[in-house]
Amino acid sequence: MDFTKLFEPKTMAVIGVSLTNDRHPANVIYYKNHLRYPVKVYPVNPHGGDLQGEEVYPHIGDIPEKVDLAVIAVRAEQVPGITEECVRAGVGGGAVISGGFAETGRKDLQDRLVAIARESGFPFIGPNCLGLYSPKCVDTFFIPNERTVRPNQGGVAMVSQSGGVLVDQMVKFALEGVGMSLAVSIGNKAFVKELDLLRYLIVDPSTKVIAFYVEGFGKNEGREFVQTARQSPKPVIVLKAGKSPGGAMAVSSHTASLGGDYKVFSEILAQFGVAEARNEFELVSFCESLSCYPRSIEGNIGIITGSGGHGAMAVDLCSNQGLQVPFLSESVRQQIREKLSPSIQSIASLGNPVDLTGSAVDDDFVLATSVLSKAADVDCIVMLLLPYLPGCTMDLGARLSQVYRREGKPIVAYVPHVERYRMLIEGFELNNVPVAPSIDGAVLMAEAMRRCQPC
Amino acid sequence: MLSQEMLEILSASKRAGWVVEPEAKKLLALARVAVPRFKVAAQEEDAVRCAREIGYPVVAKAVSPKIVHKSEHGAVVVGIQADEAVRSAFQHLRKLPGFTGLLVEEMVSGIELIVGAKIDYQFGPVILLGMGGTGVEIYKDATLRMAPLKEKDVASMIGGLKAHALLEGYRGAEPVNLPSLTQLLLAFSELVMDLQDRIESIDLNPVKCSAETCVVADARIMLVSRDPESAET
Repeated sequence: MDFTKLFEPKTMAVIGVSLTNDRHPANVIYYKNHLRYPVKVYPVNPHGGDLQGEEVYPHIGDIPEKVDLAVIAVRAEQVPGITEECVRAGVGGGAVISGGFAETGRKDLQDRLVAIARESGFPFIGPNCLGLYSPKCVDTFFIPNERTVRPNQGGVAMVSQSGGVLVDQMVKFALEGVGMSLAVSIGNKAFVKELDLLRYLIVDPSTKVIAFYVEGFGKNEGREFVQTARQSPKPVIVLKAGKSPGGAMAVSSHTASLGGDYKVFSEILAQFGVAEARNEFELVSFCESLSCYPRSIEGNIGIITGSGGHGAMAVDLCSNQGLQVPFLSESVRQQIREKLSPSIQSIASLGNPVDLTGSAVDDDFVLATSVLSKAADVDCIVMLLLPYLPGCTMDLGARLSQVYRREGKPIVAYVPHVERYRMLIEGFELNNVPVAPSIDGAVLMAEAMRRCQPC
Repeated sequence: MLSQEMLEILSASKRAGWVVEPEAKKLLALARVAVPRFKVAAQEEDAVRCAREIGYPVVAKAVSPKIVHKSEHGAVVVGIQADEAVRSAFQHLRKLPGFTGLLVEEMVSGIELIVGAKIDYQFGPVILLGMGGTGVEIYKDATLRMAPLKEKDVASMIGGLKAHALLEGYRGAEPVNLPSLTQLLLAFSELVMDLQDRIESIDLNPVKCSAETCVVADARIMLVSRDPESAET
C-alpha cells in the first residue's frame, strides 16, 4: 500500500462540512488545516455554497485539481458512496472519521467500504477514528485548534486504536519534549491495520521509534506483526489495553487456562524484542529513551549520584524491573578513586551506586562517567544529578553529554524539571541524552533498552 | 508433515472431539516426542501379560473417551508391583464410564512439568512450559512462546520459570536432562505447527524429567470442533 499521499498530502478535501454549524467536526478540521497548515484544503458539501468566502464544492470530482487526501466525515450510510466518488476522482487516500460501522453492529456497511477500497487499491484509515497528525503538514483531528497540544517535530511515530489515547499521549509527549514524526488514529482499522503502518514506518526516514496502542489484533495478525517488528532496525513499542481476563471462561485444558490472552501477548512481544510499555508513563519514557538510543542492552546499570538516598532508591527501582546493578570491579573503582577530588576521595562510595557525595564537583562526575563508559561491567549509566549541589554547575549536563558522544555508552539522567534547572537539562537534551523528571523515569529509560532485547 | 498413520489417529478421534491418551502417545511417538513404553489391554489376562512384558513396577490407567481429567475420576493406579495388583486394577477401572481398555505403562519418575500448546486467535500456535502435575493450576508457573520454537527460545523458557533452579540441580540434586527437554520441546513445537488447523489445545501433563531423560507421562489433544476446511468464516 502506498501511504505517501495519505501522510504527506499537498492537497486535501474535507467531505461533509456543514454550512450552518461551524462546530461540526468537519468544519473544525477544515479551518484548522486551511488556516494553519501548508496543505491546500477544499471543503465539500452536496449543497455547494461557501465557507468564509471559500467555495464549497458539491462533489469531490468538482475540485479543480487532484486531491491527495480525502477526510470523510459524513453519515455512515453515505460513506461507501462517497468513497466510490473519491476513487473515481483519483484521490490518493482517505481518513474516514465517521462512526456507525462495525462498532455499532454495522459490519455489513464496513465490509462494503473495505470491498470498494480493496478493489481499487484506495488506502483509507478508520472508520471511526481521528485520522492523522503529521507535524507541519496536516492535522485531521477534530479538536479545536486552541485546545490542541502539539508535540514538536521529532522521531516518534504513534499508531493507536483509540483516538482519545493518542491525543492524550501527544499531550504527554509535548510535556516531556518528545518529538513526533506522525500520529495515526486507526479506529476500527477496517482496511489499514497495524502491520501496514509498521511496514511503512520502518522505512519512513523521519521515524526513529514506532509506538502502538493496541487493544487487540485481528485473527493471526499478531503473528506477522511481531515477525515484522523483529526485523525492524527501529525500536517498536506496544502499549496493550484489555489485560484482565474477560470473565471466567470454561476452558478444558490447563494450557488454555495458564496461557491467558494477555500473558500470551506479553510474552510473545518479549520473545520478539518488541518493548511492551505496561502503562502510559512507561510509554512516554520508552519513546523518549529509544529515540535517543535505538538499541538494546543486557541491563547492567551503573548508577552515579551525589546523594546516597537517590542511589538507594534507584537500586530498588532497578531491581523491581529486573535490571542488574553489579558491584563494580576493583580496577574500575581504583581508576575512579585515584583521580577524585581530594576532598571526597575518602568519603565517596564506589561500589555501585557510585555515590560521589554532596561535596563532589563537575570534574568528579565527568571522571566517574568516563571510567564507567569504558568499563565492561555496565552497559548503561543512570545519572542522578542534583542541580543544587554547590560544586556542580549548570554546564554539567553538556559536559557529561560529551562523554557520551566520545564513548557511546548510553546515559540516562534524572534532573528535577523546574525552570531554574532548564540550562542543565538542555545541556543533555541538545546532545540527544534523555532526561527524566523522576528517578523512576530515569530507570524506565534504561529499562526501555533492556525490553528491546529479544528473550 | 503429518504421516498417514498420524492422520488416521486424528480422524478416528474426531467424534469424541479429543485424542485419548494411548492414541495421543502414539501420535507423539511418531513425531519423535518421547513417551514411556506402554501397551493397551482389553482383557484382564492381556493386561497381566502387558505388565510382565513392560516389567514391574507399572502404572495402569483407564482408557475412556468420557474421562478427560483422569485423576479426578480415580482412573489411575500407580506403583503396581505384581500380577495380582494388575488384575485388581483392571477390575476396578473397568467400571468407569466409557471404559475401553487398560493402559499399562512403565513407571517413570522425575520432576513434573507441563508442556502445552494452544492455537491463539492473534498469534496462532503457541507453546507453553510450566511446572506440571496435579498442582499445575495452583503454582501457575508457566512461560509461553510463539511456535515454531528455536533452541534459544527453549533456553529462555526454562530460564523464565520461577522454579528453574529446581531443573538446574537444586541443593545437591542432579539437574534434569536439559538436552532431552529441549529436544522434546522442539519436536513438539514442530508437531504443533503441523497440527495447527486441527487442534484447539494440547496438554502434555505431566512430562517427567529426570537426570536421564524427559518423557510425556500423560497427554491430551483437544481437537477443533469444526473441520479445518470450514474453519475460515
